[in-house]
Amino acid sequence: MTLIEAQRLEVTLGSHKVLSNVDFHVDPGEIVTIVGPNGSGKSTLLRLLVGALRPDAGKVIRKPGLRLGYVPQKLMMDPTLPMDVMRFLSLPKRVPASERQAALDEAGAGALGDRPMAALSGGQFQRVLLARALLEKPDLLLLDEPTQGLDQPGSAAFYRQVEQIREQLGCAVVMVSHELHVVMSASDRVVCLNGHVCCQGHPEVVAQAAEYRALFGTGTAGALALYRHEHSHRHDAGCDHDHDHTRDHTHAHPRSEAH
Amino acid sequence: MLDDFLVRAALAGLGLALAAAPLGCFVAWRRMAYFGDATAHAAILGVALSLALALPVVMGTMVVALLMALLVGALTDRGLAMDTVLGVLAHSALALGLVAVTFVPGVRLDLSAYLFGDILAVTKTDLAVIWAGAGAVIALIAWRWQALLTATVSPDLAYASGLDPRREQRILTLALALTVAVAIKVVGALLVSAMLLIPAAAARPLARSPEGMVLIAAGIGATAALSGLWGAFVLDTPAGPSMISAAALLFAVTSAGRFLKK
Repeated sequence: MTLIEAQRLEVTLGSHKVLSNVDFHVDPGEIVTIVGPNGSGKSTLLRLLVGALRPDAGKVIRKPGLRLGYVPQKLMMDPTLPMDVMRFLSLPKRVPASERQAALDEAGAGALGDRPMAALSGGQFQRVLLARALLEKPDLLLLDEPTQGLDQPGSAAFYRQVEQIREQLGCAVVMVSHELHVVMSASDRVVCLNGHVCCQGHPEVVAQAAEYRALFGTGTAGALALYRHEHSHRHDAGCDHDHDHTRDHTHAHPRSEAH
Repeated sequence: MLDDFLVRAALAGLGLALAAAPLGCFVAWRRMAYFGDATAHAAILGVALSLALALPVVMGTMVVALLMALLVGALTDRGLAMDTVLGVLAHSALALGLVAVTFVPGVRLDLSAYLFGDILAVTKTDLAVIWAGAGAVIALIAWRWQALLTATVSPDLAYASGLDPRREQRILTLALALTVAVAIKVVGALLVSAMLLIPAAAARPLARSPEGMVLIAAGIGATAALSGLWGAFVLDTPAGPSMISAAALLFAVTSAGRFLKK
């Protein structure tokens, strides 16, 4: 049974239409990577799935009793709120200290327990948020740009960790990434979002090819893969955004270029 | 023992300090200082209405404070800047209250009792109301503590855990209206938000956990209430402002302590 399903979502923030006619679903145990340029509505989609935002039209259907683990992109902690990492992990449910420590270890933040939340670096903060999400014993883990600010070996290490977590917990994973072409190779599905679903498909496992290994550098050990966009549709009326990704980088369009 | 007006005043001050501690911490963490101000200033309008309708002052102030808090919430949801909304509403409510009071028939009223409190005139009934209100505020916040804290850290995380942050906000709004209603007699409408915020701010440098900050704020608030009262008695100064001055002094001490440690 599908864990969560979004049907024909429409969201307008202010006067800007952020999402239109978005269908999306996640099956149990699946890893789905959502890619798209900045401002394409990726975080908005995640917040709709979490329930933090209501769509103007369409609906989100959750499997009854679905447990979510959510790792937001950033979180503003007011400096007047004194809170160390261990206390943070006991929100909203109180959890025994041993379980909290185990979750920290699993998220690669085992030594951070007694640090104030306000004193964490961006990467450390992400790991603590991940530990907290794991404590929810999620059926579905939602990660909003977890590799932001990491280099490729760092991203690769994080992706391997997510793969491990999926194997241990059996949870599905939805990961948002602003990297359009280099995705987690364990993704079962890649969805390209730009106000609507532009295309979706499987990443190419290319880790064996020598030239790709050179491209990704050493130390990424096959955790990264390429995603080839297939934008066969045309946009004529009512479309104010850019569908062509060639502005930022070289883009391989298999229909128009020979390979 | 309760026949001594000083004992009654001390107990009233302690009751308010204990209720103000947890609520004041949330006011600080959620940056609701002006929100507290607006709600408290509206209480003067409540006083005027209670007197006009011959209702108990506590009830009138509580209803108007609650309405004010809901109005602020509704206006800011519509995308108006919080700062502006609160500035407009806080002072309009205060001015309107001051104007409305003059229309109340009968004796000319000593407004300063409602603006700055009249803790030395607290009766046994007032004391019962203050402690009942304080107890209700503490019970409300204790009941929702984990959810309130989660929603304060991040509304989105709260949603993901199946909580409704808007509901938690309403709980705080209710607690704030209750506190304003019972604090009117103790420190007055103008200084209620000071009694909320200053002990919490003074506790921050000493605290390492949210729970610790609430306990320390309660201790600081109680100390300020008692020493302010003592100062008022010895120096013959107004009691409410003396309590707030004592709290401000404690804030200066803990802040200086942190500054010197660095």
